Amino acid sequence: MAAVIKTEGLSKHYGSQKAVDNLTFEVNEGEIFGFLGPNGAGKTTSLLMLLGLTEPTGGKAQVLGFDPVREPLKVKKKVGYLPEHVGFYDDLTARENLQYVAGLNGLSPKEAATRVEAALIKVGLFEESNKLAGAYSRGMRQRLGIAELLVKEPKLVFLDEPTLGLDPDGINKMLELIVSLSKEQGISVLLSSHLLHQVQRICNRVGIMIQGRLVATGTIGDLAKQKLGDGRDQFTLEEIYMRYFQET
Amino acid sequence: MFTIFRKELADHFSSTRFLILFCLITMVALVTTYMVGASLKQELEGIAKPKYVFLMLFTTSAQFFSLAQFIAFFGPLIGLVMGFDAVNRERNTGTLSKLVSQPIFRDAVINGKFLAGVATITTMLISMILMISGLGLLTVGVVPGLEELGRLFIYLVVSIAYVSFWLGLSILFSILFRSIATSALAAVALWIFFSFFIAFGANLLANTVAPVDNQQNLEQVMRHSKVAGGASLVSPVVLYSQATSTILDPFRKTTKDLVLMGQMEKLSMSRFQNPLPLDQSILVVVPYITSLLALTMICFGVSYLAFMRQEIRSA
Repeated sequence: MAAVIKTEGLSKHYGSQKAVDNLTFEVNEGEIFGFLGPNGAGKTTSLLMLLGLTEPTGGKAQVLGFDPVREPLKVKKKVGYLPEHVGFYDDLTARENLQYVAGLNGLSPKEAATRVEAALIKVGLFEESNKLAGAYSRGMRQRLGIAELLVKEPKLVFLDEPTLGLDPDGINKMLELIVSLSKEQGISVLLSSHLLHQVQRICNRVGIMIQGRLVATGTIGDLAKQKLGDGRDQFTLEEIYMRYFQET
Repeated sequence: MFTIFRKELADHFSSTRFLILFCLITMVALVTTYMVGASLKQELEGIAKPKYVFLMLFTTSAQFFSLAQFIAFFGPLIGLVMGFDAVNRERNTGTLSKLVSQPIFRDAVINGKFLAGVATITTMLISMILMISGLGLLTVGVVPGLEELGRLFIYLVVSIAYVSFWLGLSILFSILFRSIATSALAAVALWIFFSFFIAFGANLLANTVAPVDNQQNLEQVMRHSKVAGGASLVSPVVLYSQATSTILDPFRKTTKDLVLMGQMEKLSMSRFQNPLPLDQSILVVVPYITSLLALTMICFGVSYLAFMRQEIRSA
């Protein structure tokens, strides 16, 4: 399995504050990797650096074989990014919003139309695609955000707090959608969250990030063995996480 | 970039703000033309038709101002209104982080927005000048000659460059300031300063650099006038007014003040009431146009620098 993301000592400092400190990790093709950590741990900053939206202070990164600092456009062509507060043009319909993004990706109108259609069906918004995006609920906007990523036909997606602010039903739909991206379309997923029980349900591997440093990576089982060490079958990510948190 | 251009253009033309602005400006322009046309007709009754009557539609002031003055004053508003929230609105609604995570160069965002604005401005100004000309034809009843058309065309080009400068400036502010209200205020403040207070400022500067203690001392008066004139050229409003007045009024052969003219120049002004040929008029205004373009370029340069280095986060 090839690595789609590979970083080495990636750092971002704002003045004397270290937002991301010496981040070294890998994400393999086809897996769902969860970035866990409290607010302000540097999760979003890491995603921005991987996408070439902000320049790292030090270290190296490779995303799909490209350096996001040197070749940001090649990275952006194949990587979809869903920000924490996803924005749409409220005076355009959902469909028009997606078509605009398709145009920005250099698709021909015909190709754009088919891809937009497919993406809308996939996220279950086809019926409401001619409503103004401004009239969408938070859950619908979030799914529209996923549809927008699909229009690109990405190899890898970054999801920043994808389930934040959704109701339980919305959370379930979103999680199912993320799993199907990975299973059915073979898209690798890097998601950041602080909602541990949700991440636990869908992630293959997780990385725990606290105060800019990645303190642990591995499958949830591995981490439990390392930290809890009592051979239980039932453990929650919460417990593991709190151990790490208390240590730092 | 073309995709952005198309979307922005559609946004402009469907926005209420554009509609209001366009109605307002058209209304004022038409009323002024009508008044100017009527008074011109009255004045010219019974005397031999002077050359370039048609252009006088734009330069004669009716009641308050001439059409050329009106555009010099209100033109900036068009540019400012279209650009002051160009980038920061997208930043605030979170669409900017979406834009920059697409495989496009960041400058395409600015370029697309600017070009869409320029296209809107061009449409607006062309239709306005055509309407004014139509109404002018009706009220004055004089058909413009070829040279007059040429002058009007140059006037149009200069006007577009002028309004585009203000558009560029307001886009720059929308990049620099996160808050929409701040960028609108800053742009309006600069507009008012350049329109009204530049004259005072230039005078103040001239008073300190080249004080006049004796009005009879020609050297001093000239130096004062030169410094004041030079300083006020910093203002694009002044640049534009001087450039267009020479273009629209062929009898003006120079953009200089009366004080600065030599004896022979004054003599020729009063004795030889011959218009300057079109190409010579152009020669006079080229430096002004160049300066306007240079100012726009500076806005752009700063915009690029600021925007490329900004970190764009959602929220």
